[in-house]
Amino acid sequence: MSDQTSKITPEVVKSHGLSEEEYEKVLEIMGREPNMTELGIFSVMWSEHCSYKSSKKWLKTLPTEAPWVICGPGENAGIIDIGDGQAAIFKMESHNHPSYIEPYQGAATGVGGILRDVFTMGARPVANLNALRFGNPDHPKTRHLVSGVVSGVGGYGNCVGVPTVGGECEFHDSYNGNNLVNAMTVGIADTDKIFYSAATGAGNPIVYVGSKTGRDGIHGATMASTEFSEDAEEKRPTVQVGDPFTEKLLIEACLELMDTDCIVGIQDMGAAGLTSSGFEMASKGGVGVELNLDQVPQREENMTPYEMMLSESQERMLMVLKPGTEDTARAIFEKWELDFAVVGQLTESGHMVLTHKGEIVADLPIDPLALASPEYDRPWVPTPKANEIDAASIPVPGDMIGTLKALLSCPNMASKRWIWEQYDHMVMGDTMGIGRPGGDAALVRVHGTDKALAMTSDCTPRYCFADPVEGGRQVVAETWRNLTATGATPMAVTDNMNFGNPEKPEIMGQFVGCIEGMKEACLALDFPVVSGNVSLYNETNGQAILPTPTIGAVGLLEDASRAIGMGFVADGESIVIIGETKGHLGASLYLREIEGREEGSPPPVDLKTERLNGDFVREQILSGQISACHDVSDGGLLITIAEMALAGNTGCAVNSPENTSTLHAWAFGEDQARYIITTSEADALISSAKAAGVSATIIGSVGGDDFVLSGHGKMSVAELHEEHENWLPAYMAGNP
Amino acid sequence: MKACVIVFPGSNCDRDMQVALRNAMGSEPIMVWHGDSSFDDVDLITVPGGFSYGDYLRAGAMAAKSPVMREIIARANKGVPVLGVCNGFQILTESGLLPGALMRNADLKYVCKDIHLTVETTDTPFTQGYGNGGVIRIPVAHHDGNYFAEDSLLDELEGENRVAFRYANADGAHSDDANPNGSRRNIAGIFNKQRNVLGMMPHPERLADPTLGGVDGKPMFEGLVEALS
Repeated sequence: MSDQTSKITPEVVKSHGLSEEEYEKVLEIMGREPNMTELGIFSVMWSEHCSYKSSKKWLKTLPTEAPWVICGPGENAGIIDIGDGQAAIFKMESHNHPSYIEPYQGAATGVGGILRDVFTMGARPVANLNALRFGNPDHPKTRHLVSGVVSGVGGYGNCVGVPTVGGECEFHDSYNGNNLVNAMTVGIADTDKIFYSAATGAGNPIVYVGSKTGRDGIHGATMASTEFSEDAEEKRPTVQVGDPFTEKLLIEACLELMDTDCIVGIQDMGAAGLTSSGFEMASKGGVGVELNLDQVPQREENMTPYEMMLSESQERMLMVLKPGTEDTARAIFEKWELDFAVVGQLTESGHMVLTHKGEIVADLPIDPLALASPEYDRPWVPTPKANEIDAASIPVPGDMIGTLKALLSCPNMASKRWIWEQYDHMVMGDTMGIGRPGGDAALVRVHGTDKALAMTSDCTPRYCFADPVEGGRQVVAETWRNLTATGATPMAVTDNMNFGNPEKPEIMGQFVGCIEGMKEACLALDFPVVSGNVSLYNETNGQAILPTPTIGAVGLLEDASRAIGMGFVADGESIVIIGETKGHLGASLYLREIEGREEGSPPPVDLKTERLNGDFVREQILSGQISACHDVSDGGLLITIAEMALAGNTGCAVNSPENTSTLHAWAFGEDQARYIITTSEADALISSAKAAGVSATIIGSVGGDDFVLSGHGKMSVAELHEEHENWLPAYMAGNP
Repeated sequence: MKACVIVFPGSNCDRDMQVALRNAMGSEPIMVWHGDSSFDDVDLITVPGGFSYGDYLRAGAMAAKSPVMREIIARANKGVPVLGVCNGFQILTESGLLPGALMRNADLKYVCKDIHLTVETTDTPFTQGYGNGGVIRIPVAHHDGNYFAEDSLLDELEGENRVAFRYANADGAHSDDANPNGSRRNIAGIFNKQRNVLGMMPHPERLADPTLGGVDGKPMFEGLVEALS
């Protein structure tokens, strides 16, 4: 396949994932038949993964601007201003396909890739998060995948020394053949030391640093742009192998170089490796590129141009330096014992010209290839409206405490301690005690300051499946609530859109719907999208995953000491619910786990109320009126209160409503825009709420060793703890 | 007191150690690069946690042979206090400054969580800050913290009062379920014969600031400053 002189047959074109129309366009751009190397380059550059050809049209509609946004989508990561000359740089990215084929390396290199996206812009990575979704726990592959992915995420992040502070993990049949691994990194940089990828200045040297190039990961981007069939495991050679120690060296060396004045542009070599980084840098800077492939550090002998250009070997960066600074830069990389090679220079030709052993092996025009990549308006159909579920038609369980136990120990709600205790979540010495994993949002102090960043990731795929627009609104609203519940001001989001095959109109309809809902919520909540990633073709044998637009979100606390956690803090305090409880059971966890029914419309999201309630809660937290806060989401009100009891290791008494015919809807309904808070000044808080037009009601009090639901029994917090903690360790030990 | 922090290319708790020392000393510790075979005279040498040279082989095995370790061994033998935490402990055992070995955790998984320790002896510069001993809470974060030594050596360590910390539950009982890695006799940290070298798996530098959720690591650094100033 790598022979320069191989004939380009229709089969070869097809095996490179290019359609007939796309190949026609290749011929038009080239004015001749491409050789194998050139075809390979077109193939990866125009893959769904690199070109966003199915999603571009819709992504453009998302709001991306705000006064505090320094850089929105289009660069390696998004950047927001966090004051005092500092910026937070962050992005979330998927590594779904590789993590299914080879869970340890797939997940590890997912973490490595997203770290590079952040430090390539000049930021020191300060936190990692990950959103994981696996198939049914009873599926024979699930345990193996959970074990491999968690070890891989930990193995990489722990060694690099960036704390993994938060995330989520869910299970559902639809992920049986396609698990999701979405990794997010947050970094901090000085606003006057941010680096971009544009390459400028003809004659400037192009420098390759980091690990050597090997034959791993060839065609990874193309692999990630197709569905799986039974032969998924045969694609293992397309998965890269991670080396976190080299990544650590690369972080330190790059940040050290960034402190000098040597760099014109810098970009990591991610998907489609040298090809993609070379094209993107040149295209953004409007220049041409000349690369001498003989200078590329190589791990294996006799690598062909095709292999070098398409390799996805990890821990590599491409930089354009200011002329005459090569020696300064080289000394830094030598100190860190990393490869450093001048591999070419910028030109004014507008072409990428590759030479190998004295011969030109590829000559491609940059702009037509990079900017004129295909963009499709794929046909789509709106998702039919789901039926409304009348709570009164569903029997009320006889044993409310037993039902609470069942929900709290179901795979989705059970504690994920088994996972996050395998991640170093404290290294770097800034993970706040109340912001460790398990809460609404992680809290990480900005090193050497009194500020803190709050960060979270979330998605409710069952809502997105039932109603993509409502689900899209909800996912943004929920991350906004997660941040608000700590006292942080939500700043911006990164989106990681995981969907099935976009060539199917109903899947494309899910995508379009989710984007519409996300757009509305981002606008209403002043919560712009600053970076993101799209992963399509998450299907196996025609079975698509639930639509999963994962949102990673970042908020700011000007004064970290004002932040609060979700655990109960003091006996005798009142428990107050903010927001109205109507008892929406459609698409709820209760309906799925207790009644075995996955149906119904999801709870409607009223964005005005979200904003009103959230702004009120945040204001009360910052003025010291609230001692603990937790947003109400999966599982509803009783689950939320139980989680607060668990986090605080303290009991409580909850008043149940008089109307018992919809007791389950009250207890487990998933109405939006709600928070549970505790306060010692309930009267004052409720009158402030009334003045603000916010619904606030006392529903219980903190104290004792038991979780008590008036008139319906009780359970000790110790037993609650056991129910909540036991499922995952037992499952992983093989005793479900 | 003058102190230094040894920095290997894969150290990642070097900054955490630097911050804890700075806060206790009121001045800056010296950061010493692994390739340096000499450095200023100091009253305390710290070897921080991390993955010194990647640790793809045995944790700390390569670092034990580094230029800077030759100098540390020479100084330790002259009586300079040396504190090794986590990967630092692994390096100290690999270099022979401390006896025994740190094996893979018994359940084969990396573990990061707060644990309780009993302070077994307080008549050293490292532990004098803990007054009469008692139970403290600080985190562990490691994959290879399972301390192993033969019975005869363990008896010797105990007989010479060289066990610094043991894993315990919150009440101070040395139960199996309080032991995060399967170490023998719940050992979390030990001294050398001269009691000037301490190696420990738990991280005192990680809980020496109330914002981070605890301050039980602080007395170690304050005690060191008091003893060595």
